[in-house]
Amino acid sequence: MIEREVKIVNDAGLHTRPAATLVKLASKYKCEFYMYTDGMKINGKSIIGVMTLAAEKGSTIILEFEGNDENDAAEEIIGYFERGFDEL
Amino acid sequence: MNSNSDFNIKKEVILEGVAAAHGIKIGKAYIFDKKVFKAIKLEITDIDEAIEQFRFSLDKSKSELQKILDLAVDKIGKDRALIFEAQIMILDDPFLITSIENRIREEKLAPAYIVEDEMNKYTKLISSSTDTYMQERAHDIEDIKNRIIRNLSKEKWKSKIPYSRIIVAESLTPSDTILFSKRDAQGFVTDFGGLTSHTAILARSLNLPAVVGLHDATIEIQEEDLIIVDGYYGRVIVNPSENTLMKYERKIKIVTSIEDEFHDLAQKPAITKDGHSIELLGNLDVEQEIPMMKEHNADGIGLVRTEQVFVDNEILPTEEMQFERYLNIIQQMQGKEVVIRVFDVGGDKVLPIEIKEMNPFLGWRGIRFLLGNKPYFKDQLRAIIRASAFGKVKLLLPMVTTVTEVKETITLIDNCKNQLRSENISFDENLEVGVMIEVPAMVVLIQRIAHLISFLSIGTNDLIQYLLAVDRTNEIVSELYQEFHPSVIDTLGNIFKTAAENNLKVTLCGEMAGDTLATPLLLGLGLRSFSVSPSSIPYIKKIINNVSIQDCQILVDQIKKLDTHDEIMAILNNFLKTNALSIEDKIFEEVNDK
Repeated sequence: MIEREVKIVNDAGLHTRPAATLVKLASKYKCEFYMYTDGMKINGKSIIGVMTLAAEKGSTIILEFEGNDENDAAEEIIGYFERGFDEL
Repeated sequence: MNSNSDFNIKKEVILEGVAAAHGIKIGKAYIFDKKVFKAIKLEITDIDEAIEQFRFSLDKSKSELQKILDLAVDKIGKDRALIFEAQIMILDDPFLITSIENRIREEKLAPAYIVEDEMNKYTKLISSSTDTYMQERAHDIEDIKNRIIRNLSKEKWKSKIPYSRIIVAESLTPSDTILFSKRDAQGFVTDFGGLTSHTAILARSLNLPAVVGLHDATIEIQEEDLIIVDGYYGRVIVNPSENTLMKYERKIKIVTSIEDEFHDLAQKPAITKDGHSIELLGNLDVEQEIPMMKEHNADGIGLVRTEQVFVDNEILPTEEMQFERYLNIIQQMQGKEVVIRVFDVGGDKVLPIEIKEMNPFLGWRGIRFLLGNKPYFKDQLRAIIRASAFGKVKLLLPMVTTVTEVKETITLIDNCKNQLRSENISFDENLEVGVMIEVPAMVVLIQRIAHLISFLSIGTNDLIQYLLAVDRTNEIVSELYQEFHPSVIDTLGNIFKTAAENNLKVTLCGEMAGDTLATPLLLGLGLRSFSVSPSSIPYIKKIINNVSIQDCQILVDQIKKLDTHDEIMAILNNFLKTNALSIEDKIFEEVNDK
């Protein structure tokens, strides 16, 4: 299992477009993918769940990956967070 | 129910409304209550059926959203489009779907209720956030939830509509009306609406009686009540007495005998007493009308309303689907003229996508919508042009207001023809193109577009409403919607005159063409081609065959001296009484004598 804390760095935060992209990325992999924030646990492959996350600029989210392809999934998804959802 | 109810004989009640479509029917009432589209906590027995309904509602919602995305990304803006994309993803969300389906199985409750409850969890979670951005997101989820619930309830409700009932509703959309007609509806009764509402027009097309504008029909009439719809007098009789029933059964017999007379009339041509041949075409909303059109021996179809496919299929039809539909119509008409009008959406007609406009009648309608969605427009143009190889087809453009729109469309048509040539697909090289005259601006522009087109078709409903600035569906001002307003009469006269000077054929396809009161006036003004709903053909033919153009012209001269709608109505009524005959009056005179 991989667990990492990431920070939201783009101005608009985790809004609809990155939420959709995130789910699409996660769905490519077989491993489980969860996001933790403010005591909430969200399934990262569920768009309605991810849309429920209130994550503005500066907030932190814990990502959790578990499964055979967890390394690849973590690398791609963490990269997407670090690049500020390609909005920097 | 108390045990005395059996002894409560219901009292006969007579309701007065607007006679919107001829005919008399006696039958049981079905109350169409739009409140059925709500998520109510109901226990269910058939779980598999419920799951199937849920999945169907997801697919349906998805195709609706896809339609919005496909059609209008440039109109609604990238940001909005993104929301729709996210909404589509929600409909595919495996976790959401699984949890809803599991709950339906375990709790055995109606899918609409579970959807409501499950999705509210998410919106509640978001709503606790004070961020306005997040609030909007809650709204988006709310939207998609409501769409699923609406589709769920609609499907479930549809499967439960009883057959052969008289439909009683506050109001009916065109798609409701069509849906009920497929359940062998016997007639329509509505609280709202006037003579030109779509319920009225469709009821006439389907040859079913309709009484509209009754105000409280849905309160006065109970489900399964026996009612009589009298589409001649605009009367609905609830729980009729034995006596009333007998009287109406006699009336129905007389109506039948008049229908026999019409049968004979169908074999005769439409020709005035002084020998002028008049073209009598039919308007086609649904294919089911073709048999009636042939029964009355129509000279052809003056108007095919193609937008009906949106109501029927609720998806955008492909070129092939459209081609097949047009081909079917053309082949059934066996060489007679078929005028196909391209999609006329917007205004009060179904728009294939949900766009809210402040004032749809002045908004994205007809050709404006089509030129804004060229790929779809081209699909339809290709389908019509291809169909032209199989009969006498003409192409008609709705809601045109500028010369540019005509030119732009003709360029598109030429492009389609070039494409078809390169694909070795044959079509009628001389396919005629015409324009609807529905907006006063076009009356002024006739001369300028004459070299681009070969015929005109007048849509009187819209022309009158735009000329007089009266919303025909607004009951407060509907009295000002006057077919015989002097400006309407002069405008029609101008159209016929300018069209003749420019060698353009004119057909009148609006409601006015099917109004027997207007027939002598229109003949006198110079109209020689009428396109009416199929059930009106014999009524109009009967008038034509009993008047002379010369008398009609004298009538017009008299009318031109009059200033008010009421005076003109009076003189027209008088003309009919003395020269031809008012068929409706005859029906009831005979009955009342007995």
